[in-house]
Amino acid sequence: MPAVSAARETATGDAPQPVPGRTPIIELRNVSKTFGEVRSLSAVDFKVYPGEIVGLLGDNGAGKSTLVKTIMGYHSPDAGGEIFFNGERIHDWSVARARALGIETVYQERALAEKQPIWRNLFMGREPRNRWGLLDVRRMKAEASRLMSAHMGFTSAAVHPDNVVMTMSGGEKQGVAITRALYFDAKLVVLDEPTMGLSLSETKKTLDFVQGIKTVGKSAIFIDHNIFHVYPVVDRLYVLDRGKVAGVFLKSEITMEQLIDRLYHVARTGTID
Amino acid sequence: MTSDTASSAKTARPGDNRVAPPSMLRRYGSQMGIIGVGIAMWIAFIVVAPSVFLDWDIYKAFAETTPLFGVLALSLTFVVITGEIDLSFPSIMALGTAMFCLTAEAGWPHWLALGAGFLTGLACGWINGALVARLSIPSLVITIGTSFLYRGIELVLMNGTGVALTKAKYGAMLDLFTAHPFGIPVETIWAIGIAIVLWILLNRTKFGAHVFLVGDNPTSADLMGINVVSVKTRAFMLMGVVSVFAGLMTSFVGFYFWPTTGDGALLSTIASVFLGGTSVFGGTGSIVGSLVASYIIGAINAGIVSAGINAFYTQLAFGLVIVVSVVLQTIIARRVRRQSIRGK
Repeated sequence: MPAVSAARETATGDAPQPVPGRTPIIELRNVSKTFGEVRSLSAVDFKVYPGEIVGLLGDNGAGKSTLVKTIMGYHSPDAGGEIFFNGERIHDWSVARARALGIETVYQERALAEKQPIWRNLFMGREPRNRWGLLDVRRMKAEASRLMSAHMGFTSAAVHPDNVVMTMSGGEKQGVAITRALYFDAKLVVLDEPTMGLSLSETKKTLDFVQGIKTVGKSAIFIDHNIFHVYPVVDRLYVLDRGKVAGVFLKSEITMEQLIDRLYHVARTGTID
Repeated sequence: MTSDTASSAKTARPGDNRVAPPSMLRRYGSQMGIIGVGIAMWIAFIVVAPSVFLDWDIYKAFAETTPLFGVLALSLTFVVITGEIDLSFPSIMALGTAMFCLTAEAGWPHWLALGAGFLTGLACGWINGALVARLSIPSLVITIGTSFLYRGIELVLMNGTGVALTKAKYGAMLDLFTAHPFGIPVETIWAIGIAIVLWILLNRTKFGAHVFLVGDNPTSADLMGINVVSVKTRAFMLMGVVSVFAGLMTSFVGFYFWPTTGDGALLSTIASVFLGGTSVFGGTGSIVGSLVASYIIGAINAGIVSAGINAFYTQLAFGLVIVVSVVLQTIIARRVRRQSIRGK
C-alpha cells in the first residue's frame, strides 16, 4: 500500500517525514478558520520540513488560499489552532512576523517592475550601498549576473543584468522572482499558482526554478490545481477538500496515476479511501 | 551549455538571443533620439541664419534664459517617473520667492530669508505629496487645486504688488544668479550643477531607485517593503524646493519680483520633461534627457526670433518638435521591445 492515508497518519500519530527526526520549519496544528457562517478550514494539520517542497492540491474553494494566507499571516487561526516555527510556538503570528522569519511569497505577475532591468528588480527595496551611502550599482550588476547563471540557469554568456524584465518570458520572470526571494534569505518560499497562464515550455522553466529552491536547501509550498505541474517537483503532497486535509502523500510512495485516481475519489465522495 | 558556447556565434538559438545584452539603442535609445533631434535642429538653424547661429551671443542668450525652466524640468522628472505630475510649481515659485522677499524686506538676514523661501517650497511640496500619495487623489486634479491655492496665498500676502531687487539691497544675491564667470552665464552653471546632483540622486541613491520602482509597479514596490507614500511625497518636496530656487533665479535675473512670477513656465517645463524621454506612464525617465530637451525648447524660442522668422511660428515649431519626438520615442521603444521578444 503505497499511499499513506489521512486516517492511518492520525493513527500512527506521525506524518511521513522525508528527513526523520528533523523539526518542521513550519507547522500548523488543529488550525480552523471561520468567516462568519463559512468554515474555510477545519482542524488542519500541516507541516513543511527544511529542504522540502510540499505541494498543495485541491479544487477551487478547497481552502488552499485560506491555508496559505494563514501561513503568511494574513489570517489568524480560530481559537485552538497553533502555529509553530522551527518547533517554537508563535503566538503573535502576523504578516510582518512571517516575513521577518523568512517566509516569502512569490506573486505571479505583480512581483516585478517590468520596465526596470533585472538588477533593479532583484535588489528591489534592499539595495546595497557603498561607503559613501550611494548605490553600489557595480556590485548589484555583478551579483545579479552571478545569481542568474548560478540559480536561474541562464547561460551566463547570453544573459545580461541590464535586460529589462518586460523583454523576458513568463517563466523567466518567475525565475527572477524566485531568485529574489531566495537571495534575501527566504527559508520558505510560497508559490501561489506560479504556472498560471504560462505556455508549456515556460511552465517547464518555472518548474526548474522550483527545483532550484530545493538545491539550495530551502523549502517551498507549491500551490496549484494542476497535478501534472505539482507532482514532478514536490516531495510530499497535501490534498485539501472542503476545508479538510483529505490526504497526505509522499511522492516516493504513490504514482501519478494512483494519485489521480485518489483525487477523483475525493472529488466524488469527499474522502480519500 | 556544452557545445553551444563554442558554436553560439553561428547557430545562435532564439531562446538565448532574447536575453542577449541590451544594445546601445535599447539602453540609450531615447537619450540618443533627443540628442539627435537637438543636433538636427541646430544644423537647420545654422543653415537658415548663419550670421545669427555662428555668433556666440545667441548661445549666451539662451544659456541665460533656458535654466529658468530647465531646473524645473530636472526636478519634475522625478515626479513624472513616480507616475504623477505637478502643475502647481509655477505657484510655488511665486509663493516661495514672496516669502523670501517679505522676510528680507522685514529685515531678516538674506540667508535666513532664503531658508524661509525654501521651507515654504518644502511645505507646499509636502502638501501636494500628502494629498496625492496618502489620499490617492489624482495629481493632475489636485495640483490644479493647490496651484490656485498657493497663488492665492501669494497674491494676498503681496497684496498684488512686486518687490524691486536692487543692486544696493541685494548685491550678493544678484551676483549669485546673474554673474558671468569666465564669460559663462551663471544660470547655466547652476543648471548643470543641479543636473549633476539630481543625476546622482536619481541613479545612485536608494531614493532614486525607489522612484523608478514606485512609478513602475507600486503594488510590487509595496510588497517589497518600499514606502510608496514617502517616496512620492519626497519627490513632490524636491519639486517644491527647486521651484523656489527657479523663482528666485527668475526674479533676480529680472531685478524685480513680480506677483505673477512663474506664469508661462508651466508648458516649457512639462514639454522639456516629455521631450527628454521621460515616460508619461511612469517608471522610466532621464535627467540628461530633460536637460538636453530644455535647451532644445530654449533654442527654438531664441532661434526662431533671431532667425528673423515671425514669432508666431514659435508655437508651431514647439508643437512639431514635441509631437514628432514623442511619436519617434514611442515607435523606437515599441520596435526594440518587439525585437527583443522575437529574438531578432
